[in-house]
Amino acid sequence: MKSIRNHLSLVIALLSILFSIQVFMIVERSIDAYKENLASNYSVVVVSQKKLSDKSFFALNDLIESVSELTPDSVIKKLNSNMEAKNVELLKLALPKFYKLKLKYYPNPQEIKQLKKDLLKQKGITKVEDFSNNHDTTYKLLVLFKNVIFVFSLTVLIVTILLIFKELRIWQFKHNERMSIMGLFGAPIWLRSAVLFRLSIVDAFIASVLAFILFSYIASNAWIAKELENIGISIVMFDPLNDFLLLLGVAMSLSILLASLIVLGHKEEV
Amino acid sequence: MDKVIMAKDLSLSYSNSETIINKVNFSVNSGSFVFITGASGSGKSTLLKSLFGGLKPKQGSLVVGGVELSNVSSSKLNFLRRHIGIVFQDYKLVKEWSIEKNIMLPLIINGYEKGVTQAQVDKLLKHVRLNHQAGKYPLELSGGEQQRVAMARALAHNPILILADEPTGNLDDYSSQLIWNLLEGANSQLKTTVIVVTHHIPRNMSVDYKHFHIEYGSIHEVN
Repeated sequence: MKSIRNHLSLVIALLSILFSIQVFMIVERSIDAYKENLASNYSVVVVSQKKLSDKSFFALNDLIESVSELTPDSVIKKLNSNMEAKNVELLKLALPKFYKLKLKYYPNPQEIKQLKKDLLKQKGITKVEDFSNNHDTTYKLLVLFKNVIFVFSLTVLIVTILLIFKELRIWQFKHNERMSIMGLFGAPIWLRSAVLFRLSIVDAFIASVLAFILFSYIASNAWIAKELENIGISIVMFDPLNDFLLLLGVAMSLSILLASLIVLGHKEEV
Repeated sequence: MDKVIMAKDLSLSYSNSETIINKVNFSVNSGSFVFITGASGSGKSTLLKSLFGGLKPKQGSLVVGGVELSNVSSSKLNFLRRHIGIVFQDYKLVKEWSIEKNIMLPLIINGYEKGVTQAQVDKLLKHVRLNHQAGKYPLELSGGEQQRVAMARALAHNPILILADEPTGNLDDYSSQLIWNLLEGANSQLKTTVIVVTHHIPRNMSVDYKHFHIEYGSIHEVN
């Protein structure tokens, strides 16, 4: 029981740090996936008085991934379905050219502004429709969501680090006596602090395994998967190898740092 | 005869406070039994503390076991301490370790093999009459029993020097006698140098001893 209590305080603190890191990573991945979705559905429409080649578009801005010319057939059909074929051809020649530009990724409002500016510099282009109202609202919502999660994760991180520092003082008090006694009999510093490092490494491992179990469960939860599917997001919520190694690395580094601070702050008491 | 301790113009003080031991000169021969007495606050525990490097000399020279302690590196100090056994009035046992593991401590530090370590601990537990309590923890024992554990720990690695700070200060007669017997035994049979800081020298000592008395910061030998 005493031994469990010895481990519990650091394990809980480490687990909450790992939890906030993994949640932040999930949100980051979700936002990236959502942005990718938006990018594939988002396009800019350009009106030009003359025919432009794909190459000339690509030269204007790096953001452009593909260019497709929109046929005026549907517009003409709406105007008059009884028009003679000859007149239709004439009208087709008189109408400006419409192009739909697909972008490499979902741009931010500044990038859209720059794209519009670059396009309008091209001779012949008279109008660029970037649907900026819809775009800006969606983009701002995404940024807001990301910031909220960032603040949440940061708050958890700060509170937990404060808790860890409190724990550090308790550990310092608890381990100082043993380390001093070992010092009286000539134990080198590595031997004096061996128990401390062993304890912190074990705690880091326990916290990482608990985080692994927790996020494996969350990743396999049908309700969460369905919710993500509903908003059209498909992401790897928890990579059992890479994410586990990352969390283990963070937990190990933090607990070893904690143990090192105790060793460095140790004063021999006789 | 080899000198295990040599102090020359030795002054001791805690940082920024007044000098407790003032320019004393004394030496201790290897294999001798020494008592250091003095009134409370006279500096006898401070002197003992300096002998295991717990307090650096303010002035002068202090050589213990061939190691100059006025300017000693931590590795050299650790080396010296591995050859010293220390007993305190407040035992200084590791509370979260069994008494068996407490006694093992100097043997582990000195790198003894597990088999040797266990055999030595079993022998010492019998000597201090605690062989039936090996698995217990210090706080489960009485003060006298804890001091016997501390004594066994101090003897475990056959040190060249045992330093004892009022080892029987709070103990009952039975435990006190056992402690004195162990100290005398180590001195007479193993030729271990023993230095004891105490208020009272026991009357029935079976070994020859030297007696130093500390007064007003200076030390003198009592005949």
